[in-house]
Amino acid sequence: MLTINNIEVVYDRVILVLKGVSIDVREGAVTTLLGANGAGKTTTLKAISGVLHSERGEVTKGAIQLGDRRIDGMRAHDVTRLGLVQVFEGRRVFEQLTTEENLVAGGHVQAASSAVRQGIELVYNYFPRLKERRHQQSGYLSGGEQQMLAIGRALMSRPKVVLLDEPSLGLAPMLVEEIFGIVSRLVREEKLSVLLVEQNATMALAVADHGYVMENGRIVLEGPADKLRDNADIKEFYLGLNEGGARKSYRDTKHYKRRKRWLS
Amino acid sequence: MSEDLQFTFALVLNGVSIGLMYSLIALGFVLVYKATDAINFAQGEFVMLSGLIVAVVLTVAGAPLIVAVVVVLAAMIGFSFGLERVVLRPLLGRPVVAVIMATIGLAAILRGLGPVVFGSETRAVSLPIGDEPIVLGPASLPPIQVVGAVAAVLLFIAFHWFFKKSRMGVAMRAVADNQQVAQAMGINVERYFALAWAMAGIVSAMGGIVWGSMLGVDVHLALVGLKVFPVVILGGLDSIGGALVGGLIIGVVESLAAGYLDPYVGGGTKDFAPYVLMILVLMVRPYGIFGKRKIERV
Repeated sequence: MLTINNIEVVYDRVILVLKGVSIDVREGAVTTLLGANGAGKTTTLKAISGVLHSERGEVTKGAIQLGDRRIDGMRAHDVTRLGLVQVFEGRRVFEQLTTEENLVAGGHVQAASSAVRQGIELVYNYFPRLKERRHQQSGYLSGGEQQMLAIGRALMSRPKVVLLDEPSLGLAPMLVEEIFGIVSRLVREEKLSVLLVEQNATMALAVADHGYVMENGRIVLEGPADKLRDNADIKEFYLGLNEGGARKSYRDTKHYKRRKRWLS
Repeated sequence: MSEDLQFTFALVLNGVSIGLMYSLIALGFVLVYKATDAINFAQGEFVMLSGLIVAVVLTVAGAPLIVAVVVVLAAMIGFSFGLERVVLRPLLGRPVVAVIMATIGLAAILRGLGPVVFGSETRAVSLPIGDEPIVLGPASLPPIQVVGAVAAVLLFIAFHWFFKKSRMGVAMRAVADNQQVAQAMGINVERYFALAWAMAGIVSAMGGIVWGSMLGVDVHLALVGLKVFPVVILGGLDSIGGALVGGLIIGVVESLAAGYLDPYVGGGTKDFAPYVLMILVLMVRPYGIFGKRKIERV
């Protein structure tokens, strides 16, 4: 569905951020991209969705293909028209607009107003909580509701591929579970393909079918989600479990600080 | 009604109608600031240019009023589209000061070129509305002020509808809220910037007609643009309703100051009263009465 083939991303013409990243997002499945802060996960998403241009970044090598169309170098609003949409990290709702106006803005690419109305109904169907808040200014919604709105707003363009950037950020565990549950439902029922960037590796590997681990602008590990869950390094560094599968105690980590680098 | 009260009523009524005409000009400023974050210091010059175009079409070409209105609307839309494309788009993403300097320069250019192209004499814009004052209770108003006030109210209703109800208006507010996210939602941000400038052009054209008709058209017409700043700072730089309320308050304050203070100090209070009010408002509510407050999450 979405193929990223060996891309390089350069900011300001000098700073090399991605050094040959290849990812394959399969149709109707969740693919997750894990990695520490600054690994280049968000840059990867921005390169795909085309918003990189407004941050003076550029895809200098490789190709990004959506279906059989090449989309690297395209501008964000044209990419969205082709059926790929990014949900930004930190929710980023249009704070001055009401919930429903956010959805209307999200449906901008729909030519017919009836399609926008149908889209709004679909979003309310998946996120009933948004319907209760429909006329409220979205800046005053709770964090969880804003995350739901950000996802719902992205759905308004009726995308085939959704890029989800850290939907769990700053939310209570129960809300995270609720939101991931809805995402899984969306993938099943609306045939969405999702590329999920997460720090919460437990959650991400639970819903994903396939996973990639990124470090320092490169993909260092790749495999089916269940294989990754069993990988010793992933267990230790992302899931916080030791060899025997027991939760690690802070006392053990206190005395020596070891960081795993796949590359060095 | 006592004579004192009648005097006050007349002053307030005059202030309201002048204030609505101020808010008409302020509206052009707010539209651009709201959508593109650009502060347009040439708003008064836009009005002057519109006035010049209307006056020349009416007096030199001798065309009927309706033709002049169509010509000035088309010219101002074309002018602001071109301006956005040629001057402001290359400045996208640059510091705000760059845009401010560009519009200040533009203002100087327009003030200089206007008389060169259109002649420097003061021209009249005569609307077919007569000179008989319109009597409203104990007070009366010149008909041009009534026309200006009604035009302002109609434009405000139209823009209010546009921003609240139309999909384009909602998209424009989304652009104003967060450009990057708006882009990711499939909104062509640059097209909406151009649209905002074109709408400012339309508003300026209307302003040029009513203000030109009231004051006569020459370079000094650009000075009404100075009143934009107290109005928008009072109302909030990015609030359309604020432009309306701010204009009304400034108009009434100005009129009352002229009526009650001028006899004691020998005149001129109406020129600085709005600025005194502006400074007071800046101290209490820096974002204006209706300006958007940044929502802080704690």
